[in-house]
Amino acid sequence: MINKISPSIAEALTGVADGSTVLIGGFGTAGIPNELIEGLIEQGARELTVVNNNAGNGDSGLAALLKAGRVRKIICSFPRQTDSWVFDELYRSGKIELELVPQGNLAERLRAAGAGVGAFFTPTGFGTELALNADGTPKETRRINGRDYVLEYPIHGDLALIKAETGDRWGNLTYRKAARNFGPVMATAAKRTVATVHEVLELGQLDPEAIVTPGIFVSRIVKIERVATQAGGFKRAA
Amino acid sequence: MSNYTKRSKQELAQRVAQDIFDGAYVNLGIGQPTLVANYLPEGMEVVLHSENGILGMGPAPAAGDEDYDLINAGKQPVTLLPGGAYFHHADSFAMMRGGHLDISVLGAFQVSATGDLANWSTGEAGAIPAVGGAMDLAVGAKETWVMMDLLTKQGQSKVVQSCTYPLTGIGCVKRIYADLATLECTPSGLRLIDKVEGLEHTELEHLIGLPVQA
Repeated sequence: MINKISPSIAEALTGVADGSTVLIGGFGTAGIPNELIEGLIEQGARELTVVNNNAGNGDSGLAALLKAGRVRKIICSFPRQTDSWVFDELYRSGKIELELVPQGNLAERLRAAGAGVGAFFTPTGFGTELALNADGTPKETRRINGRDYVLEYPIHGDLALIKAETGDRWGNLTYRKAARNFGPVMATAAKRTVATVHEVLELGQLDPEAIVTPGIFVSRIVKIERVATQAGGFKRAA
Repeated sequence: MSNYTKRSKQELAQRVAQDIFDGAYVNLGIGQPTLVANYLPEGMEVVLHSENGILGMGPAPAAGDEDYDLINAGKQPVTLLPGGAYFHHADSFAMMRGGHLDISVLGAFQVSATGDLANWSTGEAGAIPAVGGAMDLAVGAKETWVMMDLLTKQGQSKVVQSCTYPLTGIGCVKRIYADLATLECTPSGLRLIDKVEGLEHTELEHLIGLPVQA
């Protein structure tokens, strides 16, 4: 029997190794798996590489993980925000490495990892500073049918932490509105994917036509309560 | 001095909206471009895309109706129109890089006469870099339009021979909607689409410092 429902976040995050690459979903106020990030802080893994669109806001969630000194490197598209002071301080003092990636390349590199694609040519970033490797050497480029492309490699995760809406014991997931964002691609790109949901349904109750992430991409599901966060968080739909 | 008046931000947004066609799939960038949504002609169906995973984005909700799972790329609460859809990030950016969006409207620090765009970084030493979806939006849509003031606060032209700020994309801008004129970027340089009343062609060229084909 398959039962991916986990009794607790601590159980779902057992054994996360130091040095892991952790994919963390969310964009703005939508789809941030704050409960799982807190669980990762509790769990204690260090020297992490974190992949997220941003680099933490305020002092909670991802910012708290950074503040706890657990993150060695962050791969993201938009670290600088009005309330990203935790990251800003770490970055300015050289305590964290940053790999800046155009948002679409970030999504596509995750997709490529999930789909077993070895690398891909993308038009995004060609001719810019972001078509350089960390050591300043140019990334491989190619002209294909008259258009210029940069070669980009997949981003594989050891762990993905995502926030979904509804799940079942096979790990099938649906999402809510724009909280879907990186969840489905990150789920495919990690060896182990842990998702929070607000509702667990019996097998067969999720409309198969409406399942967004099939359970094959999901390792563990933890049910959490709906909480109105300070940022606004979830407000009940009509 | 010549006798001309700059387009206000609202007039500029209105000018851009005039050129958007019925049925277009459009991404309006963060900041000034979002104003364009307020001037789309009634009765015309334009599908707005938000890169965090929305097609058919509607206006801001009434106070008290905000849903923080339904936000735009600028992280502001929005609504969904009937017929709208949600999708994940890889699909959303496939809509750009795959050339499915008709028009992307962006702000800019500089645009070159041949359509190179600089809008993500001023290259200032010590600044924390951030790019978001700018590079994808610049190269992905069928047409990329820029909306900006023609001159900096110091009076320098933001339309240049060659960008000095870090590039967002090469040869990607098709049109510049500025407060003084609307210009087309072509491989052979700038071409005039329109200009504000009272601004002489020679004066426009003088302000930009580059030839503008009539």
